[in-house]
Amino acid sequence: MIEKAAGRAHVRGRHWKRDAIDGYLFIGPWLVGFLGITLLPMAATFFLSFTRYDLLSPPKWIGLDNFRVMFFDDSRYWASVRATFYFAFTSVPLRLAFALAVAMVLRSSRRFIEFYRAVYYAPSIVGGSVAVAVMWREIFGGRGLVNSLLNMVGIRTSLEWLGDPRTAIWTLILLAVWQFGSPMLIFLAGLKQIPPELYESASIDGAKKVRQFFAITLPMLSPIIFFNLILQIIAGFTSFTQAFILTNGTGAPLDTTNLYALYLYLRAFRSLEMGYGSGMAWVLLVFIALATALVFKSSPYWVHYESKEGR
Amino acid sequence: MSGTLRLRGSAQTLVFHVVVGLAGIAMVYPLLWLAGSSFKPADEVWANLSALWPNKPTLENYINGWRGFGGISFSVFYKNSIIFSGLGTLFAVVSSSLIAFGFARIKFPGRNLWFTCMLLTLMLPAQVQVIPEYLLFSKLKLLNTFVPLLLPRLCGQSFFIFMIMQFIRSVPIELDEAAAIDGYDRFGVFIRIMVPLIAPAMITAAIFSFYWTWGDFLHPLLYLNNPKLYVISVALRTFADPSASSDWGAIYAMSFLSLIPMLLVFVAFQRYIVEGIATSGLKG
Repeated sequence: MIEKAAGRAHVRGRHWKRDAIDGYLFIGPWLVGFLGITLLPMAATFFLSFTRYDLLSPPKWIGLDNFRVMFFDDSRYWASVRATFYFAFTSVPLRLAFALAVAMVLRSSRRFIEFYRAVYYAPSIVGGSVAVAVMWREIFGGRGLVNSLLNMVGIRTSLEWLGDPRTAIWTLILLAVWQFGSPMLIFLAGLKQIPPELYESASIDGAKKVRQFFAITLPMLSPIIFFNLILQIIAGFTSFTQAFILTNGTGAPLDTTNLYALYLYLRAFRSLEMGYGSGMAWVLLVFIALATALVFKSSPYWVHYESKEGR
Repeated sequence: MSGTLRLRGSAQTLVFHVVVGLAGIAMVYPLLWLAGSSFKPADEVWANLSALWPNKPTLENYINGWRGFGGISFSVFYKNSIIFSGLGTLFAVVSSSLIAFGFARIKFPGRNLWFTCMLLTLMLPAQVQVIPEYLLFSKLKLLNTFVPLLLPRLCGQSFFIFMIMQFIRSVPIELDEAAAIDGYDRFGVFIRIMVPLIAPAMITAAIFSFYWTWGDFLHPLLYLNNPKLYVISVALRTFADPSASSDWGAIYAMSFLSLIPMLLVFVAFQRYIVEGIATSGLKG
C-alpha cells in the first residue's frame, strides 16, 4: 500500500482490512437507509412517473403521458408552480433581509440583549407547528384579530385575507418571514466572527458605517448567506404543513396557495394518482437542482471566501 | 464635551430599548394573543376578540378541550407524541452518532463517495422518497403503525451526522490512539472516549430531533389513520377543523398547550440551541 501521508496514515494503512470492516459496521445503518429509503425509492419514483397507479390495480405503463398532462393539460399544475415560485422567491429574500437587519441591531452586548434575541427567535421555534398555523388561519379570517386591530386604528375592513386570491399567498409569506429568528441567530454567530480590526482600520481610513457594511460586513457574511440561501430555497419549494392547514388541505382560493408539495400530496394521496405524483416529485427535483445550480453559478460574483494568506 | 456624549449615550440606549422592545412585543403578539384567548370564556372569545387578556379568565377551555374528539382525549394524543418523539429522538441521535464516528474517524474504502452522498441528501426533497416509502409500508401491512415513522430514524439523519462529525473533529486523535493502545476496539473507543466528549453535540441533536418529531405533520398524516394513534400535530388539525368544531376557546387552549413543551425546551436548553444553529449555519 503506497501511502502518501506520513506517520499515522502509514499505521492506518496496515490495518486497512480492520478499518474497512469497522467503517462499514459504523456507517452500516446509514448505508442501509441510503440504499433502501433514499436511492431505491428515488428509482421507484422515477419508474412510477411513467405509469398510472392507483394502488388498487398494478401500475400501468403510460409512457410520457403524465408529463404531457402535467405540462400541457393541467392548469392547476402551473398555478401551483407559480404559487410556489412566488412564495419561495418572496419569502426567502425577505426573511434573510430581516434576519440580517435585526442581527445587525442585536449584535451589541447590552443589557437584556439575550432576552431580546430570544423574543425575536421565539416565532421560529413554534412557527412550523400545526398549532401556529391554526392560529394564523383564524387571525386572518374575516372576523379575525387582524381585521379587528385594523378596525381599531380606523381602517374599516372585513377582508377574508385567506379567501381573497390577491392576499392569500401573502398570509403564507408573512408566516414564513415572521420566522426570521432562525437565520438571525446564524447571522449573529457569523457577525461575531468578523475581526473588529477590519472595522477599526476602515474607520481610521474614513469609511462611514454604511460603506463599512457593504465593504466589510456583507462580503464577510457572504458564505453564510450563500449556504442559507440554498437551504431556504429548497425548504421554500417543499413547504407543506402551513399551506395545508391554512387552506384546510385545498390550496384555495383559486390555487393561489396550492404550493407544490400540497398539490403533490393531493394528487398522489387524495386522488390516488401515484404515477402523476411521482412525476411531479421528479420535476420538483429538477427545479431544485436548477435553482441550486443557478445560485452556485452566481456565487463567484458575490460570495467572498477569505483566503488563508495574510490580509 | 463628555457631558454631551454621556447624555447621547443614555438617550440612545433608551431609544434602543423602546424600539427593540416594542418591535419584540409585536413579534410575539400573536402568541400572547393565543395564550390570552385560551383563557377567555365562550362569550368573550368573539365579543372580546382583540383583548390580550380576558375579563373573566377561565380554565374551562382547557378542561373541555382536553376531552378531544370522538371520545379520544388529548391524553392519548400526548402519549402518542411522547412515544414518537422520545423513541424517534433516541434512534436518531444514537444512530447518527455511530455513523458520524465512522465517517470522521475511520478511513475505509469508499468513505469519500458515501460522505458526498450523505451531504447531497441534505438537499433532497422528501417528495421523491415519500410515495414508494408509503407503498413499501403498505405492502408490508405496516400502515397505521408507528413503524414507518420510527424506522427511518434508525438510519441516522444527515443533518445530525454532519453536525456531530464537526464535533468529533475537534477531539484530538491522540485520545483514540491512546485508547487503542490500551486494547480497546473501535467500539470501545467510541463508547468510552468519544461519547462523553461529544455529549453536547448529541444533546443539541436530541433537542432538534425533538422539535422535528413533535412538529412533524406530513408523516403522521400519511401513516396514521386510526385516531387512537394520532400524534398531536394531526390531532390538532382534526380538532381545529372549522367544519367539525366551533369551540374556539378549546381550540386555542389545545393549540397553545401543544406549544408549551417546545417553549419549555427552548428556555431550558437555550445555550445548546443557539450554538447548534450557529454551527450548522456556519458550515463548520
